[in-house]
Amino acid sequence: MEVELLEIKDFISQYAPFDQLPEEVLLEVVQSVQISYYRADTRIVDFKDNIHELYLIRSGVVEIYRRNGDLYNRLDQGKLFGQMGLLTNNKVRFPSKAVKDTLLYCIPDTVFYDLCERFDSFAEFVESEDSTRLKQAVEGKSDDANDLTTSKVKKLITREALVLPSNTSIQSVAQIMAEEYQSAALINDPTIDDEDGGNLVGLITEHDLCAKVVAAGLSVDNPVSEVMSTELISLDHNAYIFEAMLLMLRNNVHHLPILKNKKPIGLVEVTDIIRYESQNSLLFVSGIFQQQSTEDLALLSSQLKDCFLRMVNEDANSHMVGRAMSEIGRSFKQRLLELAEEKLGPPPLPYCFLALGSMARNEQLIVTDQDNALILDNDYDPEIHGEYFEKLAHFVCDGLAACGYTYCTGEIMATNPEYRKTQAQWEACFADWIDHPNPQALLNCNIFFDLSGVYGRVKWAEQLNAFVLRRAKKNNRFLSCMARNALNRKPPLGFFKNFVMENDGRHNNSINLKRRGTAPLADLIRVHALAIGSQSQNSFDRLEDIIEAGILPKSKGADLQHAMELISLVRLRHQALDVESDLEPDNNIEPENMSDFERRNLKDAFLVLSNAQNFLKYRYSATSL
Amino acid sequence: MHHFANKEIHFANKEILNWAAFLQLKAKESKDIRLQNFYNNGTYHDETKLKDIEFVALDFETTGLNPQQNSIISIGLVPFSLNRVFCNQAKKWYVTPQDKLEEDSIVIHGITHSDLKGAPDLIRILEHLLDELAGKVVVVHYRRIERDFLDQNLRALINEGIVFPIIDTMQIEADIQQKQTSGFVNWLFRKKTQSIRLGSSRLRYHLPTYPPHDALTDAIATAELFQAQVSYHFSENTAIKDMWL
Repeated sequence: MEVELLEIKDFISQYAPFDQLPEEVLLEVVQSVQISYYRADTRIVDFKDNIHELYLIRSGVVEIYRRNGDLYNRLDQGKLFGQMGLLTNNKVRFPSKAVKDTLLYCIPDTVFYDLCERFDSFAEFVESEDSTRLKQAVEGKSDDANDLTTSKVKKLITREALVLPSNTSIQSVAQIMAEEYQSAALINDPTIDDEDGGNLVGLITEHDLCAKVVAAGLSVDNPVSEVMSTELISLDHNAYIFEAMLLMLRNNVHHLPILKNKKPIGLVEVTDIIRYESQNSLLFVSGIFQQQSTEDLALLSSQLKDCFLRMVNEDANSHMVGRAMSEIGRSFKQRLLELAEEKLGPPPLPYCFLALGSMARNEQLIVTDQDNALILDNDYDPEIHGEYFEKLAHFVCDGLAACGYTYCTGEIMATNPEYRKTQAQWEACFADWIDHPNPQALLNCNIFFDLSGVYGRVKWAEQLNAFVLRRAKKNNRFLSCMARNALNRKPPLGFFKNFVMENDGRHNNSINLKRRGTAPLADLIRVHALAIGSQSQNSFDRLEDIIEAGILPKSKGADLQHAMELISLVRLRHQALDVESDLEPDNNIEPENMSDFERRNLKDAFLVLSNAQNFLKYRYSATSL
Repeated sequence: MHHFANKEIHFANKEILNWAAFLQLKAKESKDIRLQNFYNNGTYHDETKLKDIEFVALDFETTGLNPQQNSIISIGLVPFSLNRVFCNQAKKWYVTPQDKLEEDSIVIHGITHSDLKGAPDLIRILEHLLDELAGKVVVVHYRRIERDFLDQNLRALINEGIVFPIIDTMQIEADIQQKQTSGFVNWLFRKKTQSIRLGSSRLRYHLPTYPPHDALTDAIATAELFQAQVSYHFSENTAIKDMWL
């Protein structure tokens, strides 16, 4: 006769992986349970003990240790342990101990093996180490995500771009385009060494042939270089389709060369992407450029939250939201600079307005302060030009503040005369930071090494980046200091119902997901990126470069990608929840507001981060200095 | 301030009874074949250590508190050892009460007439019940209910009572409270005895809260409580003679 063990069934059915089992199977599991009580501070299993049960914590707290005695994990109600031992010759791999009075449900190995055999979901859950579970969490999510908002532009490329030398005659170009059914062709200059910047010099389209050749009555025997457009607007293959749209809209072009390592791999047309239109963000950006004053911009910026909310609710991934939010932030800057130049008159010297930090990395979310700076022409003379650029900086930074981008508390803004330097001064400054890495210099590096040009001579930003890369790449002492610096912020150990467990056993009520999660991750990714001389700015792109360079142990790069994605996702979901409930969004998250899913996976993600920090320490001998 | 929590507790006020010998005697005296079988299974030697003993936690829901007038309506039991509660061997029965099911008691245990419709008489399951208990040490929370009700109900049914050794987790809790709150120091600090009901006792060992008044849930709760009491106040090597009543 089978009896109903209601209490046990109600409990088990709440927790993964049991929550996925059909009712009748769940009953079999419940029937098999044996209960055991462990008083606080008693061991449960020791290393190399034989293990024949899976343990589910009914109440209490259990700690799992590494073989060397280090704390590996701390588990509470509803968590499983022992599965790794059951899967590896029935020998305990990680000893465990009850740290509070603990009641365990013990499930016999026969039942465990049977469930693994019969249910993939169960097997996947128990077989996956923390990191693979994280992968499932992230990928499971993007399965139901909206393909339109998460696809990368490289997906649109169906064939190689047509690339022709610049001395080809216009007629030949037209003939080849017709044969290849192409509406545009890329033009290169074979005489330029394409070692590291590519040798693309222009683009020719059907429209050019019509307007500049036929309508103008130009001879078709002339070289194509006479009629091609030389203002090349291009995009990296890792960019999102969404970004391609923004770029085309902003520059009023209909063809975009797509580059990989600065070499063209395809050409994307407006018609290719028209169906991928993601209206709300596009409209928002074009709205920014229609505003005529700071006040109007500030008014428009109040809708930014809705835009953000829609994107999160459309299941955009964090990479995508980060890029869209950064693009919008850049657009605000660009429009403000246009307005500033209208007000102050044209600039007396060329300049480049820089975005630093998360905006440069394309990782901006809804809560952010402004980090920016100015690169000035080497002919800059403070006596003559100082006043203009000071006014310009104040106009932009005040305008940004009015639009919700709060002033940087660290004064890292173009309004600070320290951060209005000429090209040469910036190079000297970066060189000094790299050669003499004191604590303040390292802090600056974290912010300034993520830089992108927003307005003006944006090429200067790329040049500055290239300078930094050349200088930093071979400087082991500097890398070692950066690595040590990246270890300053450690992730927490885990979460309980209503508090965060710190590594030293302290409890906290909430955790700042930026300070303790995405920022340390970005820091450590930056160190690897500098070491391999990656030109990417975005952490995900950097990670791809790092994985390609093969400096991480196998699969650890992918783990980091999943951890970054998961922490970012949780962060932006909680910000979206704040926005929805009319609260001021922040980076803090309280464990009691997390779903069980989030708690479990965040914990795994933090474990990945913690392991990656250990690896960083070892890779760059960050402790030996 | 659990000064005594880690010390092994010895109770002074214990009646000394050789249960193994006593059950042999009962086997000879008994007229009922079921009871003879039960007694013939005997019990453990006085000095047997707790870690070597098979226990069975037992709980009754009854129509009232008076064994002379009220009767058993539900029985839950689960075998266990010091290390494991064996849920796969748990049993639960509803039995038709010999008295009228009082409306009052329905409120307490939530068992209604419809639950009992078609339930067997106690006599029909007596053999199964005794098989489950035979040879094991019965553990209950508040022995007046389980011991007295079974005895009285059997007298009414087969004209013969029943007696067997029992461990009472409530008595253990009472004795611990007594020890921890007696003496001058405790008197001085006004240390009061705490509730020794099943739910409250469990809280002191950080055991989870279960909904009360289901015979099987209470039996499991009692088994868990006993495991906790032993790990707190006794040891796996404690002799059974110190525990049973």
